[in-house]
Amino acid sequence: MAAYRCECVGLLLFMLCTSFTVHIDADVHDYTTQVTDTESDVADAESVLVPDPPPAPLGTGGKQSPQEEVVVEAEVVEAEDGPWEATEVRGEVDDVGDDGDANDHRVVDGPSSTDDFKEELVIRPLSSGDIYASFQFRTVWDTDLTGDQKVSHYRLFPKSLGQVITKFSVRELHISFTQGYWRTMQWGQPYQPSPPGAELWVWFQDTVTDVDGTWKELTNVLSGIFCASLNFIDSTNTVQPSASFKPLGVGNVTDHRFLRYATLPREIVCTENLTPWKKLLPCGSKAGLSVLLKSEKLFHSTFHSQAVHVRPVCQDPQCRTTSLELRQTLNVVFDLHTSGQGKREWSLFKMFSRTLTEACPLASSSKVYIDMTDNPQGEQFELSPATPLLSQAVVLGDRRTYSVYDLTQQGTFGSTRSLNMLLRWKSAEGNMLRPLLHSERYVAGYGLQTGEIHTLMYNNHPYRAFPVLLLSTVPWYLRLYIHTLTVTSKGKDNKPSYIHYQPSKDRERPHLLEMLLQLPPNSVTEVTVEFERALLKWTEYTPDPNHGFYVGSSVISALVPSVVAMDTDSSPERPLFSSFFPCKEEASYFTRLYTEPLLVNLPTPDFSMPYNVICLTCTVVAVGYGSLYNLLTRTFQVEEPSPGLAKRIANVIRRMRGVAPL
Amino acid sequence: MATTEVERKRGQLAALTIAVVVVVVGVPLWWRTTETYRAWLPVSQINELALLQLQLTVDVEVVFSRGTLTPEQQKKVPFTQTHDEEHRVDGDTTVRYRYESKYRTANIMEEDALKQPTAAEADLSLHTLSESPCGSVVVYVIPETSVLLPQDMDVYIGQRRAAVLRMGAPMRVGKNHKQLLAHLEPRVTQVVQVMSFSHSDITASLSDRLRLSPGNKESLADSMRSFKSSPGYEITFSLLNPDPKSHRLHWDIEGAVHSFIQPLITKLAPLANFSIDSQILYYAMLGVNPRFDSSLEAYTLNADSLAHVINPVEARLGSNAASSNPVLNFLLYVPDAHHSPLFIHDHKKRPVASNAFHSPRWGGIMVYNVNDLYGQETPFPVNININMAKVMGVFLAQLRLMLGMQSSSAPPGFLVEPCGSAGLADWELDRLMWSRTVENVATATTTITSLAQLLDQIGNIVINDNIASQVSSTVTSLQLAVAELEVGNLGFALQYSKEAILASERAFFDPSLLHLLYFPDDQKFAIYIPLFLPMCVPILLSLIKIASEARQRRKLKQSKKD
Repeated sequence: MAAYRCECVGLLLFMLCTSFTVHIDADVHDYTTQVTDTESDVADAESVLVPDPPPAPLGTGGKQSPQEEVVVEAEVVEAEDGPWEATEVRGEVDDVGDDGDANDHRVVDGPSSTDDFKEELVIRPLSSGDIYASFQFRTVWDTDLTGDQKVSHYRLFPKSLGQVITKFSVRELHISFTQGYWRTMQWGQPYQPSPPGAELWVWFQDTVTDVDGTWKELTNVLSGIFCASLNFIDSTNTVQPSASFKPLGVGNVTDHRFLRYATLPREIVCTENLTPWKKLLPCGSKAGLSVLLKSEKLFHSTFHSQAVHVRPVCQDPQCRTTSLELRQTLNVVFDLHTSGQGKREWSLFKMFSRTLTEACPLASSSKVYIDMTDNPQGEQFELSPATPLLSQAVVLGDRRTYSVYDLTQQGTFGSTRSLNMLLRWKSAEGNMLRPLLHSERYVAGYGLQTGEIHTLMYNNHPYRAFPVLLLSTVPWYLRLYIHTLTVTSKGKDNKPSYIHYQPSKDRERPHLLEMLLQLPPNSVTEVTVEFERALLKWTEYTPDPNHGFYVGSSVISALVPSVVAMDTDSSPERPLFSSFFPCKEEASYFTRLYTEPLLVNLPTPDFSMPYNVICLTCTVVAVGYGSLYNLLTRTFQVEEPSPGLAKRIANVIRRMRGVAPL
Repeated sequence: MATTEVERKRGQLAALTIAVVVVVVGVPLWWRTTETYRAWLPVSQINELALLQLQLTVDVEVVFSRGTLTPEQQKKVPFTQTHDEEHRVDGDTTVRYRYESKYRTANIMEEDALKQPTAAEADLSLHTLSESPCGSVVVYVIPETSVLLPQDMDVYIGQRRAAVLRMGAPMRVGKNHKQLLAHLEPRVTQVVQVMSFSHSDITASLSDRLRLSPGNKESLADSMRSFKSSPGYEITFSLLNPDPKSHRLHWDIEGAVHSFIQPLITKLAPLANFSIDSQILYYAMLGVNPRFDSSLEAYTLNADSLAHVINPVEARLGSNAASSNPVLNFLLYVPDAHHSPLFIHDHKKRPVASNAFHSPRWGGIMVYNVNDLYGQETPFPVNININMAKVMGVFLAQLRLMLGMQSSSAPPGFLVEPCGSAGLADWELDRLMWSRTVENVATATTTITSLAQLLDQIGNIVINDNIASQVSSTVTSLQLAVAELEVGNLGFALQYSKEAILASERAFFDPSLLHLLYFPDDQKFAIYIPLFLPMCVPILLSLIKIASEARQRRKLKQSKKD
């Protein structure tokens, strides 16, 4: 389009309209800057095109380029050794060579492996009748990828990810793809919270000098690895939160210059994202828990979230050396009505259309947990086959009881050699404790000029206040009026103890607002801020502009008092001496909550407008020019005024009479 | 009457003036403002490069040891001689080889060195005496009676850049200086062709510039097996374990890379950057089901089915996310317990000794059977240590093939010292450098000429200054590389040719070239017509009117005259 615009600029300049020209000129300029922004990923894509792509291996099926044919033919010609060769081993191997054949091939005990793989599935029946399944695959590798020496030999850790971490000097990487919104009010807290769409946050090593450039390259590479549109992450949706996202692994870097955070709320997650995610697992989808991950069932659910977390963790209790931990998680909620046909009866086969037959042979631990907390005496639902193994853990501030199935034990699978747990409800109703913290967010106002963002945070704790960190990222095209920011709880002003606000720059960076708030007990805290909708340039609109523009979820990071600490005297099974003071470790727990993403309508122009403007302007110009031209070139002569009607009639009569006319 | 005439004249004048203003001011203004920016390109120099005239110069030093020259011949020594060979490869490409031979007698230390008992020791001590520069060749001529070489061998090629040549019998050589040269020169040239380059190597390297004719397909097969020249390569070793339930495989890849691959890579450092990594892939299956051969009690893979082996595996290999260099894949496949042993059979149904095969420009696969390492009743899983010396021997041979170091069989009478711990002799490296330099030059010239052609053909493409500078740096580097080749500075020539190829590719694949490429003409006209039509039609009509009036007047005048 720029060419026409250029040309049309020329034409109009040639004629008269200067003001119009200036406008379009600015437009063109902007277009070019946009283009240079995308240059790097174009370059990435093009590296594939570099002149001589090595021909695919022999016999790539139907479409063979002539070059490959030559290769094949040539190889056939030298048929005495075929397309492959019995490779003669040269002398040097023996020279340097180690003990060769004398070497005993078997080792009695395998060499101490430096990496470890564990897999886990947690199933939690939700009080709404839905069921929540959460997979965790954890690979810990005792290595320091970030060190000076180059590590390039991979065993269980996926090579593609390892290379990315080494190349871009990544300290921590967290990426999640989510389809659907987690309903905290119905489902409680998830094990791994994630916002709808894609979320990526990365801590870089402090050796990285050009963090923005590295971030841009990293997002491009990751979008290739995960088949996602992460390449749309640019400076307009990247922020550097100052407090909300602290490193989750070891290391005390707190300089948020090395942190980048971006969300793509519009990203749609589907099979093409699941396949590369599964490829990162050592057992692929061939054995272990990952056989359950079939996309036709996983995506037939109300909530699906998959994530990859890479972080350094301590190798030993003293934390002298660090290991790299890769945690792949997948959370899915199956709906009572669409997946369960309305019957409160769940089994592995019903959820995943597969059953478990073996553990991944590479996993040092492979377990299935089923949350039995609400069902201590089996009055709510029954679980078959029953397992004697029970484990207790404090999860998200609550003491939970789990039935454990250990897949590494052959006995787990029983005589049928397959494990298919069945949960059958006895009573239909379920009740859930209201989550202590939940939130809502919406856009208020009317018209297409201004609006108001409301964020509501509910503290349902009966008597304790707790602090939350609220992070909102708002795109530049919603211009926030920060002076209208109000925070009220229980009808009173609630003054944030810390505010970090970074105003936006048009087409460069978004608004970033971080606040530390104290939520009073049993209250609703409302944060409102007004905004004005900007008018975009016509190339900046999405292909479906009337759908609206997404504003990513706000992030609420909170230290929530735990339920365990709450019911100090209502737990009969605990000894009295243990329950006078709430135990410090369990007093509160950290949680992160994502609000709904917003969908905001922006004033949308008629997109045929530019051409209409061109045509209209040209017509006006042509009409004006035509009149001027006529005036200048026509010859004017005085014409005899035509005689009046009476005169003409008189003349006719006179002619008939043969008299000379008047 | 007169006033109408004046008025008419004025009208005509106005129309003419407007036409002139449109043509003189409007058209150039429109042209200028809608022009795409095209920076200046050194087109004439590019066109010069399209006609490539390469001259490769080798410095050859011929050293006569005591007892090889007659006194008469000795008087003439030392002297230098140049010998040229010119080949016309195709219409646009000419190659000329210049052998600059320097003849001299050996000094005392060299004489001592040549008195070593074996040729290998002589080679080593000669190397310690003096180091010859990259790309040059030293030929020591020893008397016929010398015991340095075995009886039936005439030429010995060492690990460095020196060769030992046995002088023919004196009566065949003759006494004359000219006869001596006539005897020696073809043999020295032969040695140089083995140690530096032969015409077929150079033709193969130039294949980028040449149109493939059916005749030379076969001769190109060798060159097409190896990877194209590139500034870097990624070497990936993958251990495929389709059956982790039964086999726990351990491979000491780090140690193996360190002792087998690293020396070669270090040696090849001037040629390209190599990065090595390895991975283990579990549950990675081959694409074909091997057939059970009851006579062998083994599973076999036929040569025909090898073609289908790689594709399903390749999906798991993964590309290198961190670079765009070509990847050389080396796969070690350990068949699962129920399908082993597995053997590869060639076209004649004979088992292949190494149980390995390679695919041109892709890499190699080796099948490693482990079933005889444990008994029938051993409980699974079995821990197995892989013998890396055996594996690396195969992979190293395949790597040499992929990098184009095929040891073309030496002519009869040549004794070639097996390469040492580095896996690569100095002269082999030189050989590789010659062909890579020529290949780089050929590729860069094709790239840059086709870019110039493309830019010439499509006027819509914006050529910004960045591209122009890349193009001119390509041209400069190319000219320098050609010049360095001409004087025989191989190291510099390779350096410049690498720069040329990098710059040319950056220019060719610059995304900014694509910006204004696609503008359909009909849309342009759709925008121009609302303005141009109402403006030009009156001008044209009045011009036509003026012209016809003028013609009429001339006719009238003519008829009046008549």
